[in-house]
Amino acid sequence: MKPRTLDVLVFAAAAALAAHALLEGGAPAEAALLAPPLPELLSATGLHEPGTTRPRPDHLAFAPQYPLWSDGAAKRRWIHLPPGTSIDASDPDAWSFPPGTRLWKEFAHGRAVETRYIERLADGTWRFATYVWDEDGREARLAPEDGAVVVRADVPGGRYVVPSRQDCLACHEGPSVPVLGFSALQLSPDRDGLAPHAEAREDAHVGLAEMAARGLVRGLPAALLDVPPRVAGRTPVERAALGYLHANCGHCHNAGGALDGIDLALAQDARDPQRSAARTLRSLLGHDSRFRPHGAAATQRIASDGGPSVLALRMRTDNPLARMPPLGVAIADDEGIALVERWIHHDLQRPSETQR
Amino acid sequence: MNRSNLKAAAFAAAAAALPCLWQAGATPALAQEPAAKPAAQAAKVERGRYIVSTSGCHDCHTPWIVGPKGPEPDMTRALSGHPESMTLPPPPKADGPWVVTAAATNTAWAGPWGISFTANLTPDPETGLGKWTERNFRETIRSGRHMGRGRPVLPPMPVQVYRNWTDADFEAVYAYLQSIPAIRNRVPEPLPPAAPVAASR
Ligand code: HEC
Ligand code: HEC
Ligand code: HEC
Repeated sequence: MKPRTLDVLVFAAAAALAAHALLEGGAPAEAALLAPPLPELLSATGLHEPGTTRPRPDHLAFAPQYPLWSDGAAKRRWIHLPPGTSIDASDPDAWSFPPGTRLWKEFAHGRAVETRYIERLADGTWRFATYVWDEDGREARLAPEDGAVVVRADVPGGRYVVPSRQDCLACHEGPSVPVLGFSALQLSPDRDGLAPHAEAREDAHVGLAEMAARGLVRGLPAALLDVPPRVAGRTPVERAALGYLHANCGHCHNAGGALDGIDLALAQDARDPQRSAARTLRSLLGHDSRFRPHGAAATQRIASDGGPSVLALRMRTDNPLARMPPLGVAIADDEGIALVERWIHHDLQRPSETQR
Repeated sequence: MNRSNLKAAAFAAAAAALPCLWQAGATPALAQEPAAKPAAQAAKVERGRYIVSTSGCHDCHTPWIVGPKGPEPDMTRALSGHPESMTLPPPPKADGPWVVTAAATNTAWAGPWGISFTANLTPDPETGLGKWTERNFRETIRSGRHMGRGRPVLPPMPVQVYRNWTDADFEAVYAYLQSIPAIRNRVPEPLPPAAPVAASR
C-alpha cells in the first residue's frame, strides 16, 4: 500500500466518522424545520442575475485585507443585506448581522470550482452550504453534507477537497460571530501592504467608510472612522504577521472562544488593537506549549526569539496530524510561513521587553 | 483489498482486540467531594461513572498490567492514558489481514492510520482534560475532531459509538471525568503512517 493510499484511508475513515455529527451552534431542529431546505442549485440562492453567472448588482463585493490561505485558490466574495436592514457594529469586534443576511465565497483555480454560502435565518441561526461547479461553468450544485472530492486536472495535486458542513462549523463557529472576513478590521481602508496573498482592493469592493455612509453599518464607534482599525505591530513585519495569524488561525485560537483552554490567542481586535496584540505575545511567550514533538526532551514556549518555535513548526510540518491549520490546507503556505518565521526571528522580543 | 474492505477490516480488528475483562469491582475512587455539593451534581457524576464503567473507557485509557489473576487495568493509573515513561519499539510489520497491533498495556495501537496513543482523561490541567470545557468534550466525540476543530480523532477510539450519547450523557461523563484524581502523564503525539516502510511494500 502506498503512503498516499494510507493517507486517504485515514482521512476517509475520519471523514466518515465526522459525517453525521451535530455540534452545538448548528441550527436547532425546529429552525431546520421552519426554514426552507437549502436550494439544490447555486442559482437559487440568488447570487446571480437570472440566467447568467454575473453577480447581482445589489450584492456588495468585498475583499478582506488579510485573506485565508486555501492552497492558492483565487477567491471572490459577496454579501447581501435585505433591503432596509443594516449591521449593528456597536461592538466593532462582533458585528450583529440582520436575519436574511447572505454571504458567498467563490474558490477558483483558473475557473470556479466551489462557491460557499452562509445564510442567517429568520430565527437568528446560521446555516452553511457549499456548491460545486459543473464542468461547463454554468451552474453549481449543492455538495453533500459530508463534503466531496473533485477530481480535476487543473487544481493543485489534481484533487480538490470540498469541506463538510461540520468543517464549516469548526472554523466559522470558533468565535462568537460566524462571519469571519467581513469585519471592521478586515475591511479597514488602512490596508496592510505586507499582507501575504492580499487581493488588490478594487473600486468594486465595499469598504468601511462606504458601508457607514450608506447606512448599511450602524453604531460603529466614530473613532474607527476617523482612525481606521489597524493591527498593532511594533514593526511593519509584526503588523503583517499578526494580521496573517488573525485571518488564518484566529477563528479557532481566540480568547473566550471554543479553544480558550489552549491559551493561544491569535485574533486581533479593532476596538483595542494594542491590547489584543499584547495578549497574543503573552500567549506565545508566556507559557509552555502543550505540544511536544517526538524526540523533543522538554516542553518549549510556543514561540521564542531565536529558539525553536512550535508555532512555525506546526505550520511547516508535512505530518497531517500536526499541521496547522488542521483543515482547509493541504499545501503549506510558504509565503505566510516565511513571514511568521521572519517575525519570530527578528521582531519578537523577550516578554520583559514586550510589556506595554 | 479495496479501501472500504481494509477500513472495515481495521475496525473489526480493533474491536476484536478489545479485552472485555473489565471488572466491576475495580472502580476508581472518587475525588474528595465538598460536602455541600448539590445532590443533582452528585447524581450526574454517579451517572457518568456508570457510563464510563460500562462503555469500555478503562479498556483503552487505563494501562493494563498482568496482575495475580491475569491481565487487568492498573487502577492506580485509572484513565491516565498511555504511560509517558514507556518506550516502544516500532510495531511489527502488518501482514495480510493482521493490520492492527496493540501494545500489552492496550494504550498504544498501530494500524493503517499510524500509531495512536490513548489520551489522559484525568483532570490534570497540563496533560489531561483539566482545561477542557464540557463543550470541548462533547464536540470532540460528536465531530470526531480533536476539540471539535482539530485533527481527526484516530482509531480505535470509538467516536462513532459514543457520538450517539445524549447531551445529558455527555454532561454526566464530563462531570465524572473532571471529578476523578488528576494524574500527570503526558501522552505522546500520534505518529502518521510510516511512509518509507509503507512505500517499500
Ligand atoms: C479552515 C477554516 C475554514 C473552513 C473549513 C471554512 N471556512 Fe469559510 N472562511 C474562513 C475564513 C478565515 C474566512 C474569511 C477570510 C477569507 O475569506 O479569506 C471565510 C470566509 C467565508 C465566507 C465569506 C463570509 C465571511 O465569513 O467572511 C463564506 C460565505 C464562507 N467562508 C463559507 C464557508 C462554508 C459554507 C464552509 C464549509 C463548506 C466554510 N466556509 C469552511 C475559514 C473557513
Ligand atoms: C478501543 C479503545 C478505546 C476506547 C474503548 C475508548 N477510547 Fe478514547 N481514545 C482512544 C485512543 C486511541 C485515543 C487517541 C486518539 C487520537 O490520538 O486521535 C482516544 C482519545 C480520546 C479522547 C480525546 C482526548 C484528547 O485529548 O484528544 C477522549 C475525550 C476520549 N478518548 C474519551 C473516551 C471515553 C470517555 C471513553 C469511554 C466512554 C473512551 N474514550 C473509550 C481509544 C479508546
Ligand atoms: C480549525 C481550527 C484551527 C485552526 C484554524 C488553527 N488551529 Fe491550531 N489548534 C487547533 C486545535 C484543536 C489545537 C489543539 C490540538 C492540537 O494540538 O492539535 C491546536 C493547537 C495548536 C498549537 C499548539 C498549542 C500548544 O499549546 O502547544 C499551535 C502552536 C497552533 N495550534 C498554531 C496554529 C496556527 C499558527 C494556526 C494558523 C496558521 C492555527 N493553529 C490554526 C485548531 C486550529
